[in-house]
Amino acid sequence: MPTPFQILLHNFNYVCYVVLLMIGLHAMITKRNLIKKLIGMSVFSTAIILFYVSIGVNNGGDMLAGHDGRPVGNIPVLEHGIGHDAITHPETIDPRRYANPLPHVLMLTAIVVGVATLGVALAITQRVFQDYGTLEEDEILAQLNNPQENDD
Amino acid sequence: MIWQFDTLLLVLLIVAAVISLRIKDLLAASVVFGIYSFLMCLLWAVMAAVDVAFTEAAVGAGVSTLFMIATVYQTTRRSSD
Amino acid sequence: MRAFGLIIVLLTGGLLLWGVRDFPLFGAADSPANGGVVTAYYLQHTMQDARVPNAVTTVLADYRSYDTMFETAVIFTAGIAIFAILRVFDDRGGRRLRKSQDAPVKGDQYRIIVGTTSRLLIAPIQLFALYVLVHGHHSPGGGFQGGVIIGASFLLLAVARNLQTSLDRFPERRFLAMGAGGVLIYAGTGLLCMLLGRNFLDYGALQAVLPATGPEMARSHGIFAVEIGVAVTVSASMFAVYAMLASRGRLKDGL
Repeated sequence: MPTPFQILLHNFNYVCYVVLLMIGLHAMITKRNLIKKLIGMSVFSTAIILFYVSIGVNNGGDMLAGHDGRPVGNIPVLEHGIGHDAITHPETIDPRRYANPLPHVLMLTAIVVGVATLGVALAITQRVFQDYGTLEEDEILAQLNNPQENDD
Repeated sequence: MIWQFDTLLLVLLIVAAVISLRIKDLLAASVVFGIYSFLMCLLWAVMAAVDVAFTEAAVGAGVSTLFMIATVYQTTRRSSD
Repeated sequence: MRAFGLIIVLLTGGLLLWGVRDFPLFGAADSPANGGVVTAYYLQHTMQDARVPNAVTTVLADYRSYDTMFETAVIFTAGIAIFAILRVFDDRGGRRLRKSQDAPVKGDQYRIIVGTTSRLLIAPIQLFALYVLVHGHHSPGGGFQGGVIIGASFLLLAVARNLQTSLDRFPERRFLAMGAGGVLIYAGTGLLCMLLGRNFLDYGALQAVLPATGPEMARSHGIFAVEIGVAVTVSASMFAVYAMLASRGRLKDGL
């Protein structure tokens, strides 16, 4: 039974992702500038992507792994000789030697889609600026509440 | 996975995120956000996710920073928070 | 609002930290995610099924190709959405543009260094992008990375010279057509497999039309075909998004 300190030490990465997610969420809620909100949204989404990729990490559950020469957690590209044997004998490959490729695939597409949607969000921000002349949320709300000031 | 490198990168990542959100100049915030993306790219390389690291280096650090700079150029650098 | 936001954030973070206690140890080989049957199948059969050593490429473009096809469609949709949000076809009503292509601007004499350096760099960058695209079977890389690097080379030209120089080489009609064409290449590859009597996106059927020695090599070639589709869409969409953002939808005289 590991002590709470050991759990914290081994899952230090997860704790950092939670901190990043909190930073992003806090920025999305409290920042008034729209671009700052978008940066907060990106920090939030990258925290989730980091979490997703890191559940595919494979180092035998030991933060100090690799020091005794055990080949664990390699990148999921088969080496030349091993890959050639796998054509006829797929069971010769030990999946525990490699990182899990599935989260990599899912998050690779998520990053590119995330940037495309960030582009859409920035485009909407530009339209808001063209209409209201400001990026501050409170100033936009003030103009929305007093529509006669907007007739220029 | 080298745990010293991993820990250093995570701390720098949090520092970069906080700086990018606290800085008042939006152009500087965009550039610091580019630094954040590069740190993330290193972290993924440490985690053996090389394809993801490659994508992040090209997309997150290169293209998305440029998108933000283009928007800041067309709007304003001023930020109240 | 600030206090309210802080309470929400602390509540969320506290709940998540409470959940961290129940996680398997970081990087455990027998965690539910890593010990699954699917992961073992992907790693063991990537060579036997498709002759592709990079398991990420196989999962991306073959085992989970529906996912990638619709992600590509999402990227194309984002390009179209920005077109709908920002594009304007006349200059009336806009504020005066700060930089014209002909008018000299402050610091213009330094542009010759930046311009020449970028001109020297763009050809190697595009060559590297093609290498990343075709070598995605054996090393990190593939359609998404190669496409983004091709798009980034045009972005470099736009930043170093001006947007018009870049648009002369990659005009509006072309990038819109390429964005749609990439999705068409991807879906067309799938449809071709269907016409040849297999399931949608089952590349093994392509051995009838490609110079492949068997269904495995046909799958390898099929993966390459859809990666080209992804690269075309991604490069066109990235450049479209930048061109719209940098010129407020006017596609002239931007950053």
